[in-house]
Amino acid sequence: MKTYHSARDKLNHTKKCRAQRRNGGFYMGMTMTQKILAAKSGNEKVEAGQIIMADVDLVMGNDVTAPVAINEFCRAGCDRVYDRAKVVFVLDHFAPNKDIKAAQQCKQVREFAGEKGILNFFDVGEMGIEHALLPEKGMVIPGDLVIGADSHTCTYGALGAFSTGVGSTDMAAAMATGKVWLKVPSAIKFNLTGKLPKNVYGKDLILHILGMIGVDGALYKSMEFSGDGVESLSISDRLCIANMAIECGAKNGVFPVDEKTLEYVKERSSRAPVVYGADEDAVYDQVIDIDLSRVKQTVAFPHLPENARTFEDIHDIKIDQVVIGSCTNGRLEDLMVAADILKGKKVAKHVRCIVIPATQKIYLDAMEMGLIKIFIEAGCAVSTPTCGPCLGGHMGILAEGERCVATTNRNFVGRMGHPESEVYLANPAVAAASAIAGKIAPAE
Amino acid sequence: MKLTGKVIKYGDNVDTDVIIPARYLNTSDPGELAAHCMEDLDRTFVERVQKGDIIVAGNNFGCGSSREHAPIAIKASGVGAVVAKSFARIFYRNAINIGLPILECDAEIDEGDRVEIDFDRGELHNLTKNTVTAFAPFPDFLQNIIASGGLMSSIKGE
Repeated sequence: MKTYHSARDKLNHTKKCRAQRRNGGFYMGMTMTQKILAAKSGNEKVEAGQIIMADVDLVMGNDVTAPVAINEFCRAGCDRVYDRAKVVFVLDHFAPNKDIKAAQQCKQVREFAGEKGILNFFDVGEMGIEHALLPEKGMVIPGDLVIGADSHTCTYGALGAFSTGVGSTDMAAAMATGKVWLKVPSAIKFNLTGKLPKNVYGKDLILHILGMIGVDGALYKSMEFSGDGVESLSISDRLCIANMAIECGAKNGVFPVDEKTLEYVKERSSRAPVVYGADEDAVYDQVIDIDLSRVKQTVAFPHLPENARTFEDIHDIKIDQVVIGSCTNGRLEDLMVAADILKGKKVAKHVRCIVIPATQKIYLDAMEMGLIKIFIEAGCAVSTPTCGPCLGGHMGILAEGERCVATTNRNFVGRMGHPESEVYLANPAVAAASAIAGKIAPAE
Repeated sequence: MKLTGKVIKYGDNVDTDVIIPARYLNTSDPGELAAHCMEDLDRTFVERVQKGDIIVAGNNFGCGSSREHAPIAIKASGVGAVVAKSFARIFYRNAINIGLPILECDAEIDEGDRVEIDFDRGELHNLTKNTVTAFAPFPDFLQNIIASGGLMSSIKGE
C-alpha cells in the first residue's frame, strides 16, 4: 500500500501512472542517477539493468590511463576527437615525471593533446590531482554526465552529476564518439540525519559505511545520499564521500543539489546547472539510515578499506610515515584541519610527514593562509601536487615492514610500496595527530 | 566459442594493484606488464602460467583502480579466461572492451582442475570433477562488442 504525504503527491503519482499506462508500461519512480541517465540517453524512462548509450559531457584521462586510450584511438584509425572542449587530460599520477618511462608517457599525451587541439590539457605547473582540479575549475556542474579513465571519477557525484570511472578503451571510444555504454544501476539510499561531531569528517563517514557494507557492498550500484543530514556536510566532505563510492564497488555516489552546491558551482562556472532529484517513489535495493552524530573517527586497517575500526579498538600502532593529500583529502579544508593540529607542534622524530596540496590553487591559498609555514615548521615535507604516494608511484614509497597513516583511499597489499608495508586510511585530523604522536592517534 | 584450460585459483577481492602494481604502470607494453602480472599476490604466477590457463576467483575480482593494464597483463600472460563469482564493474568493462573472455559463475572448482567453458551453450564443464554448471549468457549488446573483437572495432563497424 502506497502512502502519500499530501493530496498533491497522490495526484502527481496518479498522473504519472496514467501517463505510463498510456505508454503500455508499468511506472516505477526513478532514482536521481536514473533520471540523469534517462536525460542523457534521450529516454523518458530507464530502469535498472537496461543498457543505454549516453552522451558524455566530459571525458577525462591521466598520464597512466590516457596513453593506452590514445593507442586505441589511433589504432582504430580515429582522426579527431568529438569535441576539443570536452576531452580533458591531466598529467598528475607520475608527474612531475618520476622516471624516463613516465616522462615518455607524459610526452605522448602532451603531443597528442597538441595535435588534436585539446583545450583542457593540464601539465606540470597548471595541473593538480584530477578529481580536485575539475570541480575547482568549474568543469563539472549538476546534471552533467562525466566519465574518466580513473576509478575515482565518481568524485563529482558530490555536485549532483553522474560521474563514473571507466577504462582506457572506454575513454578512447568516448573521445571518438562522445558516447559511452552504461548499464543502468539500481541504488542503495543512505538516509543521513544529524551532524558530524567535532574532528569527525566525511572521510570517517565513508569509512564507517565501508565497514558496514564492505568493499563489494554496492557492487554495480549507485550510492544515493539524502536526508536532512546532507545539508550539514561541506562540499569538501561530499567530494570525499563520493570519491570513495568506488571503494564500496559502486558505479557512482551522488548527492542531492542544494544551496551549497549551487553556490559552489556559481563561483566557478558560467554554465546553468540542471538539477535532478530522485522521484518520491523511486525504488531502492536497500535504505540505510545513518545518524551522523554517532559517527566516530575511523581508521581502515590493512589491507582493505572495509577494515574500519574506531579508537576503542586501536592500540599502540607505531608508524613510519604520514601522507596528507590525494583526491580524497587534499583540498584546502583538509589542509586547514591538519594545520590546526600541527600548529606549534613537531612531527615525531621517526616519522616522515608528507603534505601534498591537491592543486596549484590549493597550494597557493594554503601558502597565503600560512598553512605551509605551519607544516614546514612542524617538520613536514610539502610537495607540488601529484597522486604520487597514494598509488605507490613516487614521493613517499614505503619500505618493507613500514607503516603509513594516509588520508588517501586504498590500503591494498603493496599500494604504497613494498608488498610487506601497511597503509592505514584516516581523516586529515587523525593523520596529523598521528604524525605528532608517532603512532596512530585520535585528534582530540 | 569454447575454451579449455587448467585452473589457477585465487580468493575474493583480488584488486588491480596486486594484478599489476602501479610501479609498473610507467609502460603500457603488454609483454612488460605480463612479466609482473599478479606479482604482489602470487610471485609464482608468472613462472607457472601456461597458455590457455583459466583464472578462477571469488567475489569482486578486479576491484580498485581502473587501470586497463590489469586485464592487458592477464591476457598477455596467455590466460584464456577469468571466471569469478563476481567482478568489479570497471574490470568487467575493460575485459570485454579488450577482448579478454570473462565469466560470472559460481561453480565448485579447485586449483589445478581442468575446465571447459562453452560460451555458446552457457555451460562450464569441470572435466576433473565431471560436473556441469550453467551460466547466463552476456546481454546482446555486449555479445556484439565481443563478436566484433572489442569496443573500438564495434564502434568502427557502426
